Amino acid sequence: MRRFDLEHWGKFLLLAIALVALPFLIDAALGRAWVRIIDIALLFVMLALGLNIVVGFAGLLDLGYIAFFAVGAYSYALLASPHFGVHWPFLALLPIGAMFAAVFGVLLGAPTLKLRGDYLAIVTLGFGEIIRIFMNNLNRPVNITNGPQGITLIDPLQVAGFSLSKTYMLGGLTLAPVHLYYFVFLACALLTIFISLRLENSRIGRAWVAIREDELAASAMGINTRNVKLLAFAMGATFGGVAGGLFASFQGFISPESFALLDSIMVLAMVVLGGIGNVGGVVLGAILLTALPEALRYLGPMQEQWLGRVVVDPSGLRMLMFGLALVLIMLFRPAGLWPSKTRQRELAGLTVQPAASGKHDG
Amino acid sequence: MAEALLAVSGITKRFGGLTALEDVSLSVSPGDIYGLIGPNGAGKTTLFNILTGVYACDTGKILFKNKYLQNTKPHEVASAGIARTFQNIRLFANMTALENVMVGRHVRTRTGVIGAILRNRVTRNEERATEQRAHELLDYCGIAPHANALARHLAYGDQRRLEIARALATEPSLLALDEPAAGMNATETGALRGLLERIRADGITLLLIEHDVKLVMGLCDRLAVLDYGRKIAEGTPAEVQRDARVIEAYLGTGATEAAEAADAT
Ligand SMILES: Nc1ncnc2c1ncn2[C@@H]1O[C@H](COP(=O)(O)OP(=O)(O)O)[C@@H](O)[C@H]1O
Ligand SMILES: [Mg+2]
Repeated sequence: MRRFDLEHWGKFLLLAIALVALPFLIDAALGRAWVRIIDIALLFVMLALGLNIVVGFAGLLDLGYIAFFAVGAYSYALLASPHFGVHWPFLALLPIGAMFAAVFGVLLGAPTLKLRGDYLAIVTLGFGEIIRIFMNNLNRPVNITNGPQGITLIDPLQVAGFSLSKTYMLGGLTLAPVHLYYFVFLACALLTIFISLRLENSRIGRAWVAIREDELAASAMGINTRNVKLLAFAMGATFGGVAGGLFASFQGFISPESFALLDSIMVLAMVVLGGIGNVGGVVLGAILLTALPEALRYLGPMQEQWLGRVVVDPSGLRMLMFGLALVLIMLFRPAGLWPSKTRQRELAGLTVQPAASGKHDG
Repeated sequence: MAEALLAVSGITKRFGGLTALEDVSLSVSPGDIYGLIGPNGAGKTTLFNILTGVYACDTGKILFKNKYLQNTKPHEVASAGIARTFQNIRLFANMTALENVMVGRHVRTRTGVIGAILRNRVTRNEERATEQRAHELLDYCGIAPHANALARHLAYGDQRRLEIARALATEPSLLALDEPAAGMNATETGALRGLLERIRADGITLLLIEHDVKLVMGLCDRLAVLDYGRKIAEGTPAEVQRDARVIEAYLGTGATEAAEAADAT
């Protein structure tokens, strides 16, 4: 038991050191732009995990998920920028953004309770677009969102006079804003991973999966399907809302165009490609799908280096390669890069006769 | 007679022009195994669906443990103490057998989001008790070796048993079984009969839809016979077996005369 604990803590310590060193190593090896990409990847980890609760656990296909990201971002931006001249502290704003998003989650969930599959997807898609269009048009007659111009000069994260938008020196180490935000985002992403895992292996998580599997049977087991579904929407939206607030403070600028349908689809792709329903897989999917399009930016310089000149337009080629990569992943790993145990068993089960089920017993 | 555990009175249910149930009444005493039989399409499953809140009835009353249950939501019915199985097995196919039964504990446990995230002592204890009870119930129903198999990988008979285990996890006073022996061979049916008798001995009242005549006649204390949505007979198995209308419903008009003619020769 003690040896196991030591081993356990040893691994834990190594992982912690690696995570702390990561931004500085990346900075040294690939440049500061890549630290920024890692920061964004961590936000997408939070988003993808939030969507995973709705789509992966509860089985409710939501194509407008980015709306909650938008609600969180705008809640933060409106209450911490010169736009209204209000500058609330972020420790108050993050819970407010999360709560706002949760309320919107319930507002979206309530009318869609009876819908499933394609119908739910279409309604949520519409909801996502409505939020974006609202943000675009709520500048008249009273200017609330500043319309398409978006909101600028959003306050950076700041705790007790310590602002994350300044560069600090610590020993010989330069701590630029991208490094500082990395640690905040990392903490939040780890917290969402923790919460996701805890929920998954609980009475609530089982109720979500039961609803995904068979709603009628779930209700016959005494699960209040309405409440449990709304809870999934609210939890998922909360993650999205917090990520949105962090995004607004990190960017310092947001506009409705940051929250388009394509972003909803991107987050969904992270969930599905990573391994729907599996927290580890979803994290992997979020990081890979954030990094991949950025890595493909090197296609232009690579052509010059190897072929002497740019043969194919790099921006077109980049999206083509990205799409191709997604198709290939789905072809060769239909359950995702790191599928949930159940999905693995499911796919394995396709070739197993029911009569041979005794072999599966643990 | 003891006061009825379940008293259904005057239930009518129409689907468009089709009257699936017409003025059906029955009363189930505590501790009984009460059989519900009738030809296909007689309305047996529909009655279960109304009883468990899946459908609302057009008229009628359902009195269960002195509480009115008509048009109550399914999860409230489960909470009141009625559990059911389904004619077309409805397990959580991609969960393990153990998880299926653990879901059945949902209605008798309390952990919410906060408890799940903090996993405090109360939550841990409840979780441990849930898992232990689920193992006990799998064992009780004779499918303990399959605890970690996905429900959809279980053999057909085991799936039916798993549905019973899952229903028992809700701690019902009344267990409603919709054709639990359907698709089972004679050995499996025999084992099922043993299980049902044990459940009754443990104080749970059973409401049983079944086509296997031997099973129904041997097991049930009382029977009601439905035909075209109407109750045509009710009584002990022996009484029902002698009822001319029942013989007719099952064997077609003229069967009674044919039977008499056969007796005469
Ligand atoms: N949801 C429904 N919509 C329309 N008709 C239905 C529905 N459910 C059952 N019925 C009809 O009600 C009648 C009784 O069906 P059911 O209760 O399933 O019979 P049983 O279980 O006795 O075989 C059948 O004619 C069936 O077609
Ligand atoms: Mg039926």
